[in-house]
Amino acid sequence: MGRMSTDLCGIRIDNPIIPASGTFGYGYEFAEWYDINLLGTFSFKGTTRQERFGNPTPRIAECASGMLNAVGLQNPGVDKVISEELPKLKQVFHKPVMANISGFSVDDYVYVSKLLDEQESVGWLEINISCPNVHGGGMSFGTTCEGAYEVIRAVKNECRKPVIAKLSPNVTDIVSIAEACEEAGADGISLINTLLGMRINLRTGKPLLANTTGGLSGPAVFPIAVRMVYQVSKAVHIPVIGMGGVSSAEDVIEMMMAGAAAVEVGAANLADPMACKKIIETLPSVMDRYGIENLSDIIGKA
Amino acid sequence: MKQKECTVSAVKALTENIYEMKLSDIGEACIVPGSFVNLTIPGLFLRRPISVCDVNGDELTIIFRVVGHGTEKLSAMEPGEKLPVLLELGNGYDLSKAGERPLLIGGGVGIPPLYYLAKKLHELGKEVTAVLGFNTASELFYTEEFQRYGKVIVTTVDGSAGVRGFVSDALPEGCSFFYACGPLPMEKALYKKLNIDGQFSLEERMGCGFGACMGCSFMTKLGSKRICREGPVFDREVLPWDE
Repeated sequence: MGRMSTDLCGIRIDNPIIPASGTFGYGYEFAEWYDINLLGTFSFKGTTRQERFGNPTPRIAECASGMLNAVGLQNPGVDKVISEELPKLKQVFHKPVMANISGFSVDDYVYVSKLLDEQESVGWLEINISCPNVHGGGMSFGTTCEGAYEVIRAVKNECRKPVIAKLSPNVTDIVSIAEACEEAGADGISLINTLLGMRINLRTGKPLLANTTGGLSGPAVFPIAVRMVYQVSKAVHIPVIGMGGVSSAEDVIEMMMAGAAAVEVGAANLADPMACKKIIETLPSVMDRYGIENLSDIIGKA
Repeated sequence: MKQKECTVSAVKALTENIYEMKLSDIGEACIVPGSFVNLTIPGLFLRRPISVCDVNGDELTIIFRVVGHGTEKLSAMEPGEKLPVLLELGNGYDLSKAGERPLLIGGGVGIPPLYYLAKKLHELGKEVTAVLGFNTASELFYTEEFQRYGKVIVTTVDGSAGVRGFVSDALPEGCSFFYACGPLPMEKALYKKLNIDGQFSLEERMGCGFGACMGCSFMTKLGSKRICREGPVFDREVLPWDE
């Protein structure tokens, strides 16, 4: 086992670096930039029962140290993901992949989860109960303990693979929602999804995003993510995946010290397609600088 | 697609707010007309996608209008400064469809990608005609440069130079195929008016510029396409502009 390897809900991964859902497509775009097998794994594009085009454009806006997106879960639907995307991915990625799942009802979540649970290439099911860019689904399940419990419980009842609940930071008390997910049987928690934000075009005086609001990500949100990972990992007894603004090896170490067993990298992939490769390549020297022998030793050190 | 650290070799104002920038050290890149580059401007999180105006050996030319703080910072860069660039993005125009008398139609900062296209079509021995639209005479740029590669028709909305009106008011007859780039209302007007086949280049706010984020999706008659990846150039027959 290498000094960067870590355990994620019973599956060993070579390193804790995981590109986050929605920033890495179904992987093969990035395989044109580098060998994506050097990743721990990655979380593929949020997948729903039906095909979705998503929100009208503009879907992207910038801000200081980050960006807003309001893509709205565009994806080809679970059937096409299984028949087209996963076979294409198999040609360039040879490790278990994390399936990211969204829905508009408990039944949707269970339907999609069951189908992806059966796929050999899928290692984990990351249940997105936190998308801020769709109406009547996504985040509405992740903002109450009851909603989160209900979805995670229903998925757990029907699936064998580790279930990771992806949480929204747009709540009053993220710890209680994490605890509800643990009680429902979640094998892990990932956080944070994006923070709800908005920008206005000064020329038109109207919202810049066609969807009015969008999810804020990038370095701007990193301290919030570190704080929430710290709070949640102190409260639950299952692994926590930390994400939110991570863009360097130093950020990875900080997130793990806060309590993360693994780290997802999101917006950084869009600004620099080589971001995760660079993080993985520089991690050993940064670990040396801080006297870290094995990354798993520092989880929750703070 | 390639990543490269280029060097700013020249920056020049062409009009009050339109700048020409030359970037050297692009290396062995295969850049086609109609493709774009994505620039990391110091201090900004997202890259800025800008169409390629010309390529000469190891040097690339871009032309952009200052519209916000990103392009403002870009315009203030000095020769010698480094600029990380993603190259070879987008599909580009299909030169094989040109026929013998291709028609190039550009409006404002939609004109630059047509310049490299005109050059390449001229190299292929095509009889190029370019219709270049501007608001007013003081905003003209590159009209003389285009004359190296073909016939040029200039239009201005206020009539202060060339034909008064829009590009759609000055379209010549007898062309074999068209290539267009400009503001959406211009492109839609051309879609209605032109009765020959052609291609349009589209734009959208982008996250990544290389197909990962789905930020620039566009619904065509053939389903959803990414402007950064399957585009920015689309055949007229796939555009949903019939209404």
